[in-house]
Amino acid sequence: MLSNEAIVEVRHLSKSFGNNVVLRDINFAVHRGEVVCIIGASGSGKSTLLRCINLLEKPDGGEILYKGQNILEGNFNTVEYRSRMGMVFQQFNLFNNHNVLRNCTIGQTVVVKRSKEEADKIALEYLEKVGMSAFVNAKPKQLSGGQKQRVAIARALSMQPDALLFDEPTSALDPEMVGEVLLVMRDLASSGMTMVVVTHEMQFAREVADRVVFMDGGVIVEEGPPEIIFERPKMERTRTFLRRTLAS
Amino acid sequence: MNSLQFIIKVIVEYWPYLLRGVGYTMLLSISGTIVGFAIGLLVGVVRSIPMPDKKNALWWLLKIVNTLIGVYVEVFRCTPMIVQAMVIYYGIAMLTGFEVDRLLAGFIIISINTGAYMAEIVRGGIMSIDQGQFEAAHAIGMTHWQTMVHVIIPQAVRNILPATGNEFVINIKDSSVLMVITVTELFYYGKIIITLNYRAFETYLVIAAIYFILTFSITRLLRFIERRLDGPKTYDILHSGTSAEAVVEAMALEAKNVK
Repeated sequence: MLSNEAIVEVRHLSKSFGNNVVLRDINFAVHRGEVVCIIGASGSGKSTLLRCINLLEKPDGGEILYKGQNILEGNFNTVEYRSRMGMVFQQFNLFNNHNVLRNCTIGQTVVVKRSKEEADKIALEYLEKVGMSAFVNAKPKQLSGGQKQRVAIARALSMQPDALLFDEPTSALDPEMVGEVLLVMRDLASSGMTMVVVTHEMQFAREVADRVVFMDGGVIVEEGPPEIIFERPKMERTRTFLRRTLAS
Repeated sequence: MNSLQFIIKVIVEYWPYLLRGVGYTMLLSISGTIVGFAIGLLVGVVRSIPMPDKKNALWWLLKIVNTLIGVYVEVFRCTPMIVQAMVIYYGIAMLTGFEVDRLLAGFIIISINTGAYMAEIVRGGIMSIDQGQFEAAHAIGMTHWQTMVHVIIPQAVRNILPATGNEFVINIKDSSVLMVITVTELFYYGKIIITLNYRAFETYLVIAAIYFILTFSITRLLRFIERRLDGPKTYDILHSGTSAEAVVEAMALEAKNVK
């Protein structure tokens, strides 16, 4: 069973780019050990929500509560908060000037000041988990998309975060590489990792998510267990979206 | 005597002058490029600091610093170095009453002039780095400074290396204008030699050849450094089963690569 402890809670969050309102009055929580998949059409605001949670975008209004404290208030230590929220990007964003191992240790040594030995040990542990420990010496540009994304997951895990945020982790991959990344994510989910996944992979959301959130037009239209959202959605907008997505 | 014999005579008779000229030219251009590069890097990093949303003390400080940097860059890019040399050299002499050491004045002029150009080159180098690199660094909790030092600057420096080499070559040649404040670099010694042998063409031809050899070998050297920085095109795959074995293997490989 899931514990009730919320790792991050978002209240009345809003965000605009110029006069384009991207998020309006979002209320959303992630609990420890939970896998939440956010689905919705492009432009629905799902990536922006994820980026707001990690403060890559600054929300215009509302609250983000982490351990009961509002991180949008002036004096909160955002550096520490960010190091506790792992992020996996659509475009991988591995550090091009560092090899695979250093990509996974740099945050540990620079941000949380672990020793090199300890950082190497932790990094290798996670690189092995994602099946990339043989590639420690490789530079990012020498890897395939799927390999890069697996290293990016290991990099995020090496910080031993409270939660992992995935921003469309398979959208930039060639079809034959999607599987290897999803496999790693399934593994993580079953190991009890708290995950928020923005995705277009409906099959994955259906099978792995504890809760599915459907967003449209900057609001959360509907959320619930996957079997409800995918089979008996209450809202017409959810039905229309699913009909269009699953038909293709 | 024909021209060829005069050319040989210039080299044989005046080689100590030529060598000293080369020494000063290289000293000025190397130190000027290095210091100018450092100035450009510092200015580039300061300029890339994101402005805070609110108009607090930091906002005003950044605003003032950025304006000063803008003035510096534009003034030194938009005036000829030969005029800058005059203004700074005679300006310091007039204001302080002391005559500055000419070599020092030359070094200062080349450095701040190069710095102004490098500032723009570094800015371009930083802008050329994918936004995702900044985001990934911020997402694991790095500060702006840590992001710059560990992720952005190493990549930006690699990208601007050809442009830096260009600046270096320009400095080797343009340090000749410093003879207006009688810095004893290569061109200055050329003029000295001519007052002794009255052979302008042959002497300047030798000077030109020396400049060419200097700049050409420097560009080759920089190419070599670029290739070294890029590292090997291949990598070793480790075959160990467990992470403990992988560490040992990785360390062994690292030791091998260091050798």
